[in-house]
Amino acid sequence: MSAADQPAPTHEIRERFGFWKRSYAMLIKEFIQLRRDRVSFAMIVMLPVMQLLLFGYAINTTPHRLPSAVLLQEDSDLARSILKALENTAYFRFLYEVHDVDDFDNLLKSGKVLFGVEIPRGFERAVRRGDKPALLVAADATDPVAASSAIGSLGMVVQTALKHDLYIGDPPEMPFEIRAHARYNPAAASSLNIVPGLVGTILTMTMLIFTALSVTREVERGTMESLLSMPIKPVEVMFGKIIPYVLVGFVQAFLIIGIGVGLFGVPVLGNLFLLALLSTLFITTNLSIGYTISTLVQNQLQAMQMSMMFFLPSILLSGFMFPFAGMPAWAQYVGEALPLTHYLRIVRAIMLKGATMENLRFDALALAALMLIAMTIAVTRFRRTLD
Amino acid sequence: MNGDSGIAIDVKGLTKSFGGREVVHDLSMQVKRGSIYGFLGPNGSGKTTTIRILCGLLTPDSGEGTCLGYDIRRDAEKIKRQVGYMTQRFSLYQDLSVRENLEFVARLYGLTDARGAARDMIKRLGLSGREEQLAGELSGGWKQRLALGACTLPSPKLLLLDEPTAGVDPKARRDFWNEIHALAADGLTVLVSTHYMDEAERCHEIAYIAYGHLLAHGTVEEVIAKSALTTYTVTGENLNGLTAALTGKPGVDMVAPFGTSLHVSGRDVAALEASIAPWRDKGGLHWHKSSPSLEDVFIELMSRSRDNFQ
Repeated sequence: MSAADQPAPTHEIRERFGFWKRSYAMLIKEFIQLRRDRVSFAMIVMLPVMQLLLFGYAINTTPHRLPSAVLLQEDSDLARSILKALENTAYFRFLYEVHDVDDFDNLLKSGKVLFGVEIPRGFERAVRRGDKPALLVAADATDPVAASSAIGSLGMVVQTALKHDLYIGDPPEMPFEIRAHARYNPAAASSLNIVPGLVGTILTMTMLIFTALSVTREVERGTMESLLSMPIKPVEVMFGKIIPYVLVGFVQAFLIIGIGVGLFGVPVLGNLFLLALLSTLFITTNLSIGYTISTLVQNQLQAMQMSMMFFLPSILLSGFMFPFAGMPAWAQYVGEALPLTHYLRIVRAIMLKGATMENLRFDALALAALMLIAMTIAVTRFRRTLD
Repeated sequence: MNGDSGIAIDVKGLTKSFGGREVVHDLSMQVKRGSIYGFLGPNGSGKTTTIRILCGLLTPDSGEGTCLGYDIRRDAEKIKRQVGYMTQRFSLYQDLSVRENLEFVARLYGLTDARGAARDMIKRLGLSGREEQLAGELSGGWKQRLALGACTLPSPKLLLLDEPTAGVDPKARRDFWNEIHALAADGLTVLVSTHYMDEAERCHEIAYIAYGHLLAHGTVEEVIAKSALTTYTVTGENLNGLTAALTGKPGVDMVAPFGTSLHVSGRDVAALEASIAPWRDKGGLHWHKSSPSLEDVFIELMSRSRDNFQ
């Protein structure tokens, strides 16, 4: 090697600020690797955007111009009024008017309509007699969320319509009964509710996976052996690996909230600074948990699987999918141990209710506690040797 | 650190098992400061495990000792600061460039001017012009050179090199050894494991390890002398037939072909000579008593150790 005859330049080693220097070394390295990993980089942007657009538009529990049909078995003024009232709400769009039960059934079966209203023979007469006849409503149960909300809104819509069109003054009670033929789903989430929730779920998923893979990747590529032979401490490795992703998470949260406000008209009533602060806390908590996962597993596949195992209960038990208060007590206890539960409360409260730190102290403390627990486990679990 | 001793590595009775299988057995060794110590032995003989114990990557089940004057059990962190460990498999970041890898190492060790140190090392390694190339895209020889550069960047006192020249071409291998000798001349202690006999002969001292047991150690001459092996070199026709005829005869411990000649070795000179006597005067065969080569000694040690430990 050409080096043999050259004098080796000497470089001084200083022990001062070693912790920060080594953490900084790790941090720089992670940033470079992140920048070079095109797939991960694309995921940072694509995942939140795609998820948000899909979830935001697909899980729209407030019906809007639902393709509908009406089975008219009598052509009465009352029937016409009810239909007119329904159409005026913009919830329903009546595409078909049929007079035969089979035609009606086929429309629903084929998916041409998601919603059908059946006005039975002798309906108007029965109403006038005060018999409370049934207004039959059939909803496509394959889309239970959309259907059930439509059904839920039906009673009120019809009553309002009737108040204006038929009677002067309030009717003492509904002159007819609405009989729904669909599975009832109590989820009443609207996009206002879902967008803030998505901030939490998307952050949970991406943050968990990013750090869950980080240690196992080093082990699988063989770089861990050389890293362990150098004078770096577990806590320094951890900080170096977590901090770059805090920024990544921040960008994601910004993207989601931006799209939520811009495309879905979700308001941000509370303090943006408070939201940013608590979001950072939540991001760091998830990164710590992901990092902990990566110290518990043997390879990247296991890391992915374990992340999913953490992610699923987070989605199901945090109040994102189902109302938290409706869950059984055991599930609520599990839910309290999940960072997403607390963050959902925080983000919904700040965005939709304009909550302040005073209101959110408990959830913020819970997040901080979960973060510290995860970090402690990670640092103690991190193997300093290859044993 | 005890400034007095001229010993860089001093360990006694190291034992390490994985899943009930003893990989290193009661291993003791001493390495002088500033020397190049060769570590030889077949695959799976415990060389890598021993090296990992020395740099604190593994804790021995039993045994004790010091590395650069630090206790290998208690002071692993201090040892890490002064030891450069080059792993068998390339273990720098493949998705980082040459410069970025070196800067990473320089920062980890707390060099005041990480960029400058990396720049100097790139120049020293002859990697100028390649500094922005990703480490994963370098050829085997350059990777190995970079890995050695990364190890020596923080000016360690001890280098542990685990089969550094495996899969590297002869020219690069020679350059590498010149560099190692230059480093040793500067006072660096080098422990290097290898499979190559020519490399073993370039070491100041060697140790032979098989199945976790240290079987021989000393200078090359000492190891050969201690083997008490007598070797006859035979050249001529039908050596294959001779191999078959001699194998297993009393006193013949090893019959091994070397190119166009055959090495017939044994520890019991009288028995060996009695066994080969019928062939000595045969036409077409030239017998010549020689001192055994290092390779003869190792092959003999290996075949003997297989009987003992397997």
